[in-house]
Amino acid sequence: MNDFESPILSVKNLNKQYGAGCGHCRTGDEERLMKNYCPKCGTVYACRHISFDLYPGEVFGIVGESGSGKSTLMQCLYFDQDVTGGEAYIRTYKNGEVNLFGESSQQKRHIRNHQMGKVYQNPVLGLRMGFSSIGNIAEKLIAAGSRNVGAMEGRGRTLLEHVNIPVRRMKEPPKNFSGGMQQRVQIAKALSNNPPILLLDEVTTGLDLSVQASVLDLIKKLQRQLNISIIIVSHDLGVIRMLADRTMVMLDGRVIEYGLTDQILEDPQHRYTQQLVHSLL
Amino acid sequence: MKIAYNFAFFDEGSKREIRRATLKAIAIPGYQVPFASREMPIARGWGTGGLQLTLSLIGKNDVLKVIDQGADESVNAVNIKKLVTGTTGVKTVEVTAEATLIQSRHRIPEIPLKEHQILVLQVPLPEPLRYYEPSEFVTKRLHAEKEYSGAWLMLFEQIMKYGNMSSGADHPVMVHDRYVMAPSPIPRFDNPKMNYSNALILLGAGREKKVYAVPPYTKVVSLAFDDYPFEAERFDGMSCRLCGAAGVFLDELIHEETGETYHQCNDTSFCLSRLNSVSAKYQEVPLNE
Repeated sequence: MNDFESPILSVKNLNKQYGAGCGHCRTGDEERLMKNYCPKCGTVYACRHISFDLYPGEVFGIVGESGSGKSTLMQCLYFDQDVTGGEAYIRTYKNGEVNLFGESSQQKRHIRNHQMGKVYQNPVLGLRMGFSSIGNIAEKLIAAGSRNVGAMEGRGRTLLEHVNIPVRRMKEPPKNFSGGMQQRVQIAKALSNNPPILLLDEVTTGLDLSVQASVLDLIKKLQRQLNISIIIVSHDLGVIRMLADRTMVMLDGRVIEYGLTDQILEDPQHRYTQQLVHSLL
Repeated sequence: MKIAYNFAFFDEGSKREIRRATLKAIAIPGYQVPFASREMPIARGWGTGGLQLTLSLIGKNDVLKVIDQGADESVNAVNIKKLVTGTTGVKTVEVTAEATLIQSRHRIPEIPLKEHQILVLQVPLPEPLRYYEPSEFVTKRLHAEKEYSGAWLMLFEQIMKYGNMSSGADHPVMVHDRYVMAPSPIPRFDNPKMNYSNALILLGAGREKKVYAVPPYTKVVSLAFDDYPFEAERFDGMSCRLCGAAGVFLDELIHEETGETYHQCNDTSFCLSRLNSVSAKYQEVPLNE
């Protein structure tokens, strides 16, 4: 099997629930749940049996309404939250033979620092607002083992230029920046150690249209130049249409449809997807 | 004077609890052990951590020395000495070599410590990652996972802002290749003295309720970058106005009338003993020559 055909990341049967569950809901019977939670015990099933593969150089879109489990899925993949069950494998980590979710927290941190980058919807989560922008980038590099100030400063400078942050503002803390700039610093930080996988969680939500366009442009450009694999979560179908090669639609913690983005948008099969596509302004 | 307190102020149970925490701290070099910080007749933040260690360890045959930023006679040092002697009756000294127990605020004495001595340091903020991460819950995890990028990040920020590692005091150290530790606000000049120290070093934070330790002969490395090595303060070409010592930690003073700048040993007992020996010999002998 050549590189192109074997996935860089595969997720198998990922489950995430909040609450222990009860006799009523533990059977996994769909009819017994109200949307994604159990009316008897209040347990929320945020992600249910999610499986997908991410291929090298691919942009994989995840759409769904608010509360459908998109962000929870991303948090689980970045180890911000522990999963309830399921497996994930990265090809570049121990030959893809070890389940990431079963690793120790040190190993998870290592994977996060060496294999992944994440851009959060809210820059406060992804950046240290009081530290300088270049320090924010250095943080990720230090975590990945660098102890050379000159090299880190050079790398940070290159990346910040890449995302169009003026060099003279490099040492300013992100709290002085506009939302769009903060988002671009986050992207620079996420890219700092050349991660093979980039997770983007609603990166353009809340930005005005022209800034949205420039951030999307940047992501597209970087993705082509560096050939990274991206998982992008959005409830904005325009963003998905522009960026994603393949798309997965989520509703109430389940995957209801997936396929090529064009196919999903032009010929939606599931009732919810049809509604979603037709409500596009 | 009739002493109305138990020996060394605390009841035996309290002393035992503090000693138990201390033993654990020695067993895990650099690890911050929580302990039940007692109410003291001085306010928290005025050396209660160090004082509790001193009181829990002191015995009738101990000889005590207390320093406050190098000085034996400052208010803080004198009051602590009064409390300890008032409740124990032990002898206090100023000569470092004669003491068995040395409580210090923010300095390690100039004279190398010996195996039979214990140095107790007072600590205001025991958590080296606190500025980077405000949550204790999170910093505990970071220590557990040996995730210290935050400590390096703070030094990186200093380099970005000021062009060098500018921590005036409390420059973080790696103890025994495992825990990053705040060495208490000693100047960088004193950091190397912790490395393979002959004496046991105990650190106590009363307000933050933590005890930690550097056992004798333990590796202590100050954090640094490949291209920005750790440097202690330097006093090139300067020497003490009183005793002429060079290569020691000097205070910079300004003469009130002439406005002239001059330097003086920060460690007063060291300066005094040199003055005594110099006047005995009628000659000046710089320390490092």
